[in-house]
Amino acid sequence: MEFFRIKRDIPFMSYGKVTTLISLVTFILAVVFLFTKGLNLSVEFTGGTVMEVQYQQAANLPDIRHRVDGLKLGEVQVQSLGTSRDVMIRLPNKPGTNSGKLSEQVMGLLKAGDAGVQLRKVEFVGPSVGEELVTHGLTAIALVCLGIVLYLALRFEWRLAVSAIIANMHDVVIILGCFAFFQWEFSLTVLAGVLAVLGYSVNESVVVFDRIRENFRRPAMRGKGTAEVIDNAITATMSRTFITHGSTETMVLSMLIFGGPALHGFAMALTIGIVFGIYSSVLVASPLALALGTKREHMIKIVKPKEEAVV
Amino acid sequence: MNRFPIWKYLLIALALITSAIYTLPNFFGETPAVQGSSSRQSIPVDAALMARIEDTLKQQGIAPQGIFLDGNSLKVRFKDPDTQIKARDAIQQLLGDNYIIALNLLPASPDWLTRLHANPMFLGLDLRGGVHFLLEVDMKAAVDKTMERYSADIRRELRSAKIRYGNIKRSGDTTLEVQLRDEATLSSAADQLARTLPTLSFNADKASNRLTLTLKPEEITRIQGDAVKQNITTLHNRVNELGVAEPVIQQAGPSRIVVQLPGVQDTAKAKDILGRTATLQVRMVEDDSAKMAEALAGNTPAGYDLLDELTAQGPQKILVKKDVELTGDNINDAQAGFDENGGAAVHINLDAAGAAIFRDVTAQNIGKRMAMILVEKGKAEVVTAPVIRSEIGGGRVQISGSMNPAEANDTALLLRAGSLAAPMNIIEERTVGPSLGKENIEKGFHSTMWGFAAIAVFMMLYYGVFGVISVISLAANLFMLVAILSMLQATLTLPGIAAIALTLGMAIDANVLINERIREELRNGIPPQSAINAGYGHAWATILDSNVTTLIAGLALLIFGSGPVRGFAVVHCLGILTSMFSAVLVSRAVVNLWYGRRRRLASVSIGQVWKPETK
Repeated sequence: MEFFRIKRDIPFMSYGKVTTLISLVTFILAVVFLFTKGLNLSVEFTGGTVMEVQYQQAANLPDIRHRVDGLKLGEVQVQSLGTSRDVMIRLPNKPGTNSGKLSEQVMGLLKAGDAGVQLRKVEFVGPSVGEELVTHGLTAIALVCLGIVLYLALRFEWRLAVSAIIANMHDVVIILGCFAFFQWEFSLTVLAGVLAVLGYSVNESVVVFDRIRENFRRPAMRGKGTAEVIDNAITATMSRTFITHGSTETMVLSMLIFGGPALHGFAMALTIGIVFGIYSSVLVASPLALALGTKREHMIKIVKPKEEAVV
Repeated sequence: MNRFPIWKYLLIALALITSAIYTLPNFFGETPAVQGSSSRQSIPVDAALMARIEDTLKQQGIAPQGIFLDGNSLKVRFKDPDTQIKARDAIQQLLGDNYIIALNLLPASPDWLTRLHANPMFLGLDLRGGVHFLLEVDMKAAVDKTMERYSADIRRELRSAKIRYGNIKRSGDTTLEVQLRDEATLSSAADQLARTLPTLSFNADKASNRLTLTLKPEEITRIQGDAVKQNITTLHNRVNELGVAEPVIQQAGPSRIVVQLPGVQDTAKAKDILGRTATLQVRMVEDDSAKMAEALAGNTPAGYDLLDELTAQGPQKILVKKDVELTGDNINDAQAGFDENGGAAVHINLDAAGAAIFRDVTAQNIGKRMAMILVEKGKAEVVTAPVIRSEIGGGRVQISGSMNPAEANDTALLLRAGSLAAPMNIIEERTVGPSLGKENIEKGFHSTMWGFAAIAVFMMLYYGVFGVISVISLAANLFMLVAILSMLQATLTLPGIAAIALTLGMAIDANVLINERIREELRNGIPPQSAINAGYGHAWATILDSNVTTLIAGLALLIFGSGPVRGFAVVHCLGILTSMFSAVLVSRAVVNLWYGRRRRLASVSIGQVWKPETK
């Protein structure tokens, strides 16, 4: 079997204008959704209490909502979780009742309605913890970007490093945009997924860049311009790109299907991240590198002749 | 040409065998057990105790599957939960309250594995069920308490040095102001206090005759550190009551404490016990033998309580008055130390109100005994009942007598246990039911398994023998990752399982890179042996680059992540390292064993190598 039987290099770089436009539009849309709809932050970030309860039969959501509303806590969310028997209840933080007594009160109320209800999970987060997580999350993203730029600048060239990180930030913003648009819950686990995407999709850029560097050094490529060199590199790595990402996507989809609600957000972030990761490292990072003026001299001068690239 | 030196094969074989051994315990499951440990240093858990427990179980007709000492605790295995519960009740009855008896699950792996320290992975609360609390110590309250103590100390020192002073007031979070009459008293007060209170810095204002005392910054740090430490000690004592097999109580950051109680379902009770307040009482002992005899006959006189006194020889009856002279609220600190004769002693520091009461009580009761009583679970116990030899003023109390240092430590601990250094708030709580934990394990396992299976089938179809080799190295990666997690006993959480799955999905990248590269070399007409060599050689640089960038992201997660993110990051980082080893070395070793020996290799099975006709 051989999936990719490409006879001639595909002129990716000549699609540059179109792909940049697509990227720009999706990016702007994502930013707009982020600002208008905002992320549906989980209780870990906002503070508050989340309870998961299980009933013997299908749960009566309006009744549960009515009971919990009796506590006068403000905005309370009651929704089913996966099955009709599992219910998630989300309560805001109320000043004064800091010590998480809340979940007991709620359980008392629910038990009065149906004695068969079972508490499966409680999460209570005080208000100060959430703020810390936001700052830590942002610091982590900044640090990852900085680390990757530094490493790629050392190994390749700053123009490539910058275009790779821009391409990947574009992925991250699009994932966040999707989470904002669909109002999926953004939890700490999802954040872990997003950061993993950041590290993962740089992989893709690295493989293409490696090949670009190698091409610059190949005698057969001597007379060709930068755009043609990049086209050849992308075409040559196509097969590997699709098989690798296909495999990772298979794993992530398996998590999405079998992982249950606890892994749903994480798997979703990765599913979107991987799809956009392929697109952006091929069709965003490389045109950017071209636009930034990457030339043969930049690559050959810096890199020691011993190193070789692959695929 | 594609041959490794023998040592390389041996090294890889060794790594794989070690991984297999350390992965093994995860397959054996767990057996129910009862765990007993001592709540005090002075009550040892030893072979004698083990023999007693064995005898008792034999009398009750309960056959344990194994009984052994493990550090400071004793563990007894049983074949099913029913016997476990029966045995727990029997052991509890035998040992009484001085031991913590808890139900536990022990790994069922054979002894030789346990002796190698090969244990199953340590499961996080989201996988095994339990409660997690994050508590924040109120540091302001800790400092406030200290400042109160200092103002009492200042008052006492000035009075004893016969220096007249006006009022003493708090003028800031960490400053006190003492108003004095004139310059002479100001300087003598400053001298006197500087000598006795070295932890304060002084500033004498001659214009207003006011002495300003400020807590030194290092002292503030010490107070805060001590407050957290004391609260941790107190929490330990309280958690012991819950009978949790493996509680985790740790400092997390400068002012926070993490409490994890695996297996605890009753959060209400857990919160209640963790948040309990002062329970220490000081009451007078009645040594009148007539009243004592009456009480022992089961007819306790009105106004008295017959309590147990804890001694090294076991509990002894003691008769105390019902009137509470002092409570643990008035105790600032209790430390084990030594008295002037070098005997073990407990030093107690009372606050101002406590000191005044204590002086009066001791002045009126010289020659009598006073009892320090700890009230726990509504049950009162006399910790110690020393004889009052003289009036004790100043709020510094020393309890000494027939104690050894371990007992002094226990007593100090129990006295402190009555109170928290500063109040705490629960700022984070997570409870996971045991059924949800089991489901999480199952779901994580299934997603990894199906994902792995799908990748394996595809790789074998697409790359032939090389696909099989890729799958072997991917499996080796999984084994090594699980083995390292078991060895390190790092906590495995659900995000950790997700990281295992994701790492496998990403690790296949290295194999794809290698296989594609070999195909490409073959396409260019290079003979198979050289193509294999070139493929692996060239792929290495790319594999390294792409893994380093992934590792950078993983490390940032590890440093800045908390809770679930950290659980993910640990596994992710380890997985990147093992995947580099398995993809490059393990798969190469297999390839070398399979193809490397044949001198004239005409073709390799790496799927179809398509060549464009135009070339």
